[in-house]
Amino acid sequence: MAETTGRDRLAGMFAAAHAEGRAVLLPYLTAGIPTFDDSVRLFRAMADAGADGFEVGIPYADPLMDGPVIMRAGELALEAGVTVDRALELVKQVVAATSKPTLVMTYVNPVLRRGIDTFFRQVRDADASGVIIADLPADEAGPFLAAAESSGLGLALFVAPTTDDGRLATVLEKKPAFVYAIAEVGVTGERDEASSNTEHLARRIRSRSDLPIVFGVGISTAHHARSAARHGDGVIVGTAIVRRVLEAASVDEAAAALASFVEELAAALRSPLPPD
Amino acid sequence: MRRERPDDRGRFGAYGGAFAPETLMPALIDLERAFVDAWEDPGFRGDLAGLLADYVGRPTPVYHAQRLSAQLGLDLWLKREDLAHTGAHKINNTIAQGLLTKRMGKRRVIAETGAGQHGVATATACALLDLECVVYMGVKDIERQALNVYRMELLGAEVIPVTSGAGTLKEAVSAALRGWVSSVESTHYIIGSVVGPHPYPWMVREFQKVIGEELQEQLHETPDVIVAPVGGGSNAMGIFFPYVGDSDVLLVGVEAGGFGIETGRHGASLGEGSPGVLHGAMTYMLQDDFGQVLEAHSISAGLDYPGVGPEHAYFKDEGLVRYVSVTDEEALSAFHRLAVTEGIIPALESAHGLAWIIREAADLAEATVVLNLSGRGDKDVQQVAALDG
Ligand SMILES: Cc1ncc(COP(=O)(O)O)c(C=O)c1O
Repeated sequence: MAETTGRDRLAGMFAAAHAEGRAVLLPYLTAGIPTFDDSVRLFRAMADAGADGFEVGIPYADPLMDGPVIMRAGELALEAGVTVDRALELVKQVVAATSKPTLVMTYVNPVLRRGIDTFFRQVRDADASGVIIADLPADEAGPFLAAAESSGLGLALFVAPTTDDGRLATVLEKKPAFVYAIAEVGVTGERDEASSNTEHLARRIRSRSDLPIVFGVGISTAHHARSAARHGDGVIVGTAIVRRVLEAASVDEAAAALASFVEELAAALRSPLPPD
Repeated sequence: MRRERPDDRGRFGAYGGAFAPETLMPALIDLERAFVDAWEDPGFRGDLAGLLADYVGRPTPVYHAQRLSAQLGLDLWLKREDLAHTGAHKINNTIAQGLLTKRMGKRRVIAETGAGQHGVATATACALLDLECVVYMGVKDIERQALNVYRMELLGAEVIPVTSGAGTLKEAVSAALRGWVSSVESTHYIIGSVVGPHPYPWMVREFQKVIGEELQEQLHETPDVIVAPVGGGSNAMGIFFPYVGDSDVLLVGVEAGGFGIETGRHGASLGEGSPGVLHGAMTYMLQDDFGQVLEAHSISAGLDYPGVGPEHAYFKDEGLVRYVSVTDEEALSAFHRLAVTEGIIPALESAHGLAWIIREAADLAEATVVLNLSGRGDKDVQQVAALDG
């Protein structure tokens, strides 16, 4: 039997949730926050609370897609010496500790600096399942998709509320592991209201493809998650997680805050709103 | 070979392209379409030419700097972008992009600024064209270019301080791009140099090449050498482009050597950097082994940037332009020298170009040398006074 690839693990994660009639929950946390050693503990707490998988952010100095909270987390991690290599070490520990499919989130330059193929091989060797590159549009994705393919990893590609039908077709044609559907026009950060874009975006994607749709950006509460999950196959929650860690007075407090928040999110996805 | 336009992926050779969050991609494609359409429209060209003549004061003069020529033993000409309205070449680009903003039906503009010259030029175009204007500026630059902050406010712009990183131009561009991600449907981003994702490097070059085209008409001989400072690279691109590929002319781009290349504290992205993606384009940049962007350093806020326009990266690899650097100290001394010999206080950016000419004067003996005097130094007077004690 062929070895299970990262892309298979992602597909398995979506299928398992689908069988339960729900969307997957993918919390995001910047690698090495609040400290390298304590980060693993936080991921374990989130796994125990019902996360289906994770997005681990490699800290980057110029994150064009991120708002102030994730930027701040990246700065702190960089100051603490969390390099690309250290971040991948952490990914390996997170997967070992939680057995959850884990995505590495980065910007394009650290990947290019290392060499696209080398980077993907190292991500695979860290036992991750996929890669998300925030500033990689489908137009430039060719060599990255090829590297994902040969390393067995899933690469996500983005669709935004601003994406027109022509570009949408270009993205879907490339058969990414899933579509990262950007729920808000803007950078990462918490919002007051649930996104008003998810239904329309999902309808446009679904009418052209059966790729899994994961909503991210702005999903800040259990209510937001439930609202997005009604139209998608998964939700990513980033800033709301990172903020709780940055605000906690101790690791114990951070772990407790994440456990209860992730539990609340997971429960919301298990009792979705009826489709209207 | 010089290319009139980048390839269909927005590349100059290996450089350029568009590495941007998907949210922005449709706006970049719309912008390219709007630019091509406007640039082919004699009506747009006519409106722009009219404003450049009557409002900006183009063509800017070419002045023969006789006293300094005699001292240096060469024939020095100054392309006087410092005499353009608002005091630098930046206005060539902002008036054109302002007109384009109106043509695209947008009412709001954002911009980044380092030295404040691009911010002032954008605020000016917005006042003239009745557009709302927001300018992102790093906190360190707000301090060293205080005069320009107040000028922007007088012109009705809102200046947003950027506190991340070193608080200089790199952070201001990043903040403007982030701001654009959040406002892209209503807002146009007027980028201040030949940097950023496609189509900006190409479009800004087209708007700045008027500098070199005028020079071709004004100077009745082909110069031996043309020298320009390189921050993001727009004034240099503007004066070089019409001459690129002419083997009779040596084109020299002068980057910020900061405290000295050997100290590692400089802004010499072409001289000392390596290829990577910064602010949406593949280009030479200052980065560490992990691909993290490094902070640049320069006395001059407009050159204090760890990247450079992708077409310059292409010119470097093709050997079409020579890129060199001078230190803060050399630039400062050239700043004073031009003031006392010609009665012209240059921008610290422009002083970098002059500093290279002064240093190389012996090798340039008898040559006809044109310096792009990209801006006037009023904005720098306070900073220089503090440095000189
Ligand atoms: C007078 C002047 N010259 C040069 C520059 C550098 O920019 P660029 O390299 O795009 O011309 C600036 C930037 O602020 C400037 O104000």
